[in-house]
Amino acid sequence: MKLFRTSTFQLTILYAVILSVSTLVVSAFLYWATIGFLQRQTDSTIEVEITGLREQYRQRGLNGLSRAIGDRIRRGEDPEALYLFANRQLQPLAGNMNDWPDLVSRDDGWYSFTNAADGREVPARGRVLSLPEGLVLLVAREISDLDRLLSLAGTALAWGIGLVIALSLAGGAFLSSQVLKRVESINDTTQRIITGDLSQRVEERGSGDEFDQLAANLNRMLDRIEHLMSGIRHVGDSIAHDLRTPLTRLRHSLEETAASDDVGAMRERVENAIADADKMLATFAALLRIARIESGSYSIRKERVSLPHIVSDALELYGVVADEKGVKIEFDAPAAPDVQGDRDLIFQLVTNLLDNAIKYTPNGGHVYLSVQQKPTGVAFVLEDSGPGIPEAELGRVTRRFYRVDGSRQRPGSGLGLSLVKAVADLHHAELTLDNLDNGLRVEVVFPTR
Amino acid sequence: MIGKPGTYVRILVIEDDKAVSDFICKGLDELGYNVDAALDGKEGLFLATSEKYDALIVDRMLPNVDGLTIVQTLRASDHSVPVLFLSALGEVDDRVRGLEAGGDDYLTKPFAFSELKARIEALLRRGQPTDAPVTKLNVGDMEMDLLSRSVTRAGREIELQPREFRLLEYLMRHAGQVVTRTMLLEHVWDYHFDPQTNVIDVHISRLRAKIDKGFDTPLLETVRGAGYRLA
Repeated sequence: MKLFRTSTFQLTILYAVILSVSTLVVSAFLYWATIGFLQRQTDSTIEVEITGLREQYRQRGLNGLSRAIGDRIRRGEDPEALYLFANRQLQPLAGNMNDWPDLVSRDDGWYSFTNAADGREVPARGRVLSLPEGLVLLVAREISDLDRLLSLAGTALAWGIGLVIALSLAGGAFLSSQVLKRVESINDTTQRIITGDLSQRVEERGSGDEFDQLAANLNRMLDRIEHLMSGIRHVGDSIAHDLRTPLTRLRHSLEETAASDDVGAMRERVENAIADADKMLATFAALLRIARIESGSYSIRKERVSLPHIVSDALELYGVVADEKGVKIEFDAPAAPDVQGDRDLIFQLVTNLLDNAIKYTPNGGHVYLSVQQKPTGVAFVLEDSGPGIPEAELGRVTRRFYRVDGSRQRPGSGLGLSLVKAVADLHHAELTLDNLDNGLRVEVVFPTR
Repeated sequence: MIGKPGTYVRILVIEDDKAVSDFICKGLDELGYNVDAALDGKEGLFLATSEKYDALIVDRMLPNVDGLTIVQTLRASDHSVPVLFLSALGEVDDRVRGLEAGGDDYLTKPFAFSELKARIEALLRRGQPTDAPVTKLNVGDMEMDLLSRSVTRAGREIELQPREFRLLEYLMRHAGQVVTRTMLLEHVWDYHFDPQTNVIDVHISRLRAKIDKGFDTPLLETVRGAGYRLA
């Protein structure tokens, strides 16, 4: 049946069973500690009396024993005490009981029986002691009070356990339905998402409990998926847009080549076409590279890398480009601890940023590079005297193919900063872009340790 | 001379993508090389061990036996044939793993044929037995002394920066061959990366200004769509 498979049912039953068992254990302990204590006390009183009477018998013989019993009954200090001294045929010789009870045999040991006296039946408990010559002594106590207590406790216990089971079933059903209602709500939301509405979010109550955390995590995951999906859509649009121009040009040039008779011109056109195709291939290669780094499938080669070393290598390579353009570069690198990372990828990051800086800094401008030690790690800092990035677009420039207005006519794929961001993320490094009064400041902090 | 088209040079191409394999084989065939093709790893390994080749072009991902295993197997049995790895998604880690397995060079798909050609020529030359360690390199009327680290052309001393010296040394060691920009970045600057601008061109034009300016015959030539060649 379906009911038995629901978590509500299973949780409720489990809850009831656990509660009932614990109630039983507690009751058993209470019984042992109260009623059990009274019973043990009764038994030890009888034990003490028997010991005393056996001593009398040993010292003074049969007569002494009879007298002692008679004395005790006469004094009447203990109205619940019962004594019976009987011969071989169990006929009473002395004591305050009329007959030897049916339930008690003549052998030594403990017995529970009913004592008939003054026309009423009283529950009693006692011990038999055999004496020489077939004589037997029964010392017992009426336990009517204890007996009443016992039956009261039994009834109370039965009701109690019944109540516990009923309450725990009700409580368990309530609690588990409360818990599962939240699971249900998460299930509902995911169902709606599966059917295609990615904007749905799981309800968060703000209570901060595990379900809220689960809901928050699910929502964060959905945000990320939505972000990635929109990224993919953006990239798709961009590829369509950015590659259409060179493809159209390529096609045009091939068309012209086909129509041309001049072999020299033909060769040149074909070479141009190859260069165009190479550029497009390079764009695709860069895209794939970024995608692979971002997806985490890039198994990074971690080695100790010296940032000042890498930056000065990059400077050595790109310095000539800056020279040609009349851009001055300064580099300030104090000794800095090594960072963990992929040497080639970090070099790529540095050269991409440096290349951008040189590209956008006007003739006569300067680029200032430094490696600085920060509390959180080692930072590569680059400041240029270029136009900076419009404040509103700072957050968008690391998107693939994103070009700041007016930069489209400059050479470049629009992937440079995406790659920088991907490499920084892969190294858990923090990339920040800030506008200066005159220029742009880029900082990449690589965590040390 | 070995490694030059027209002589009997055998190359084995192990590549499961028929289109790529045909593209490579046809191109190498036109250059005058003798080319065999294997379309899976098992056949490739069999051919590589049973026949004598001057160079192997091996795809990283292959059915049956993958490229890395082929090269590791060859190297384990002291086979020193030069190997060029091909990979669909060449990344730095793949490249390093390929080179660690015993590959001599690495090329990412898609590639221009000119890049493959330049690298194969470099590999074939590397495969030749070398004499005693060279201390002097000569190209035309230019001489490089590797011990005193000086360069003269037609008896005239040429002043070079350390990096320019390394650049020229690499070009001179590969004189007569096309050397691509990527090869220069890898071997002269020792970084495997993707430059955003043609930064190499700037270095080359500076070097050219030093070694060719004022001389009648230019030595350093630009090969369009491919790279550079020192005549």
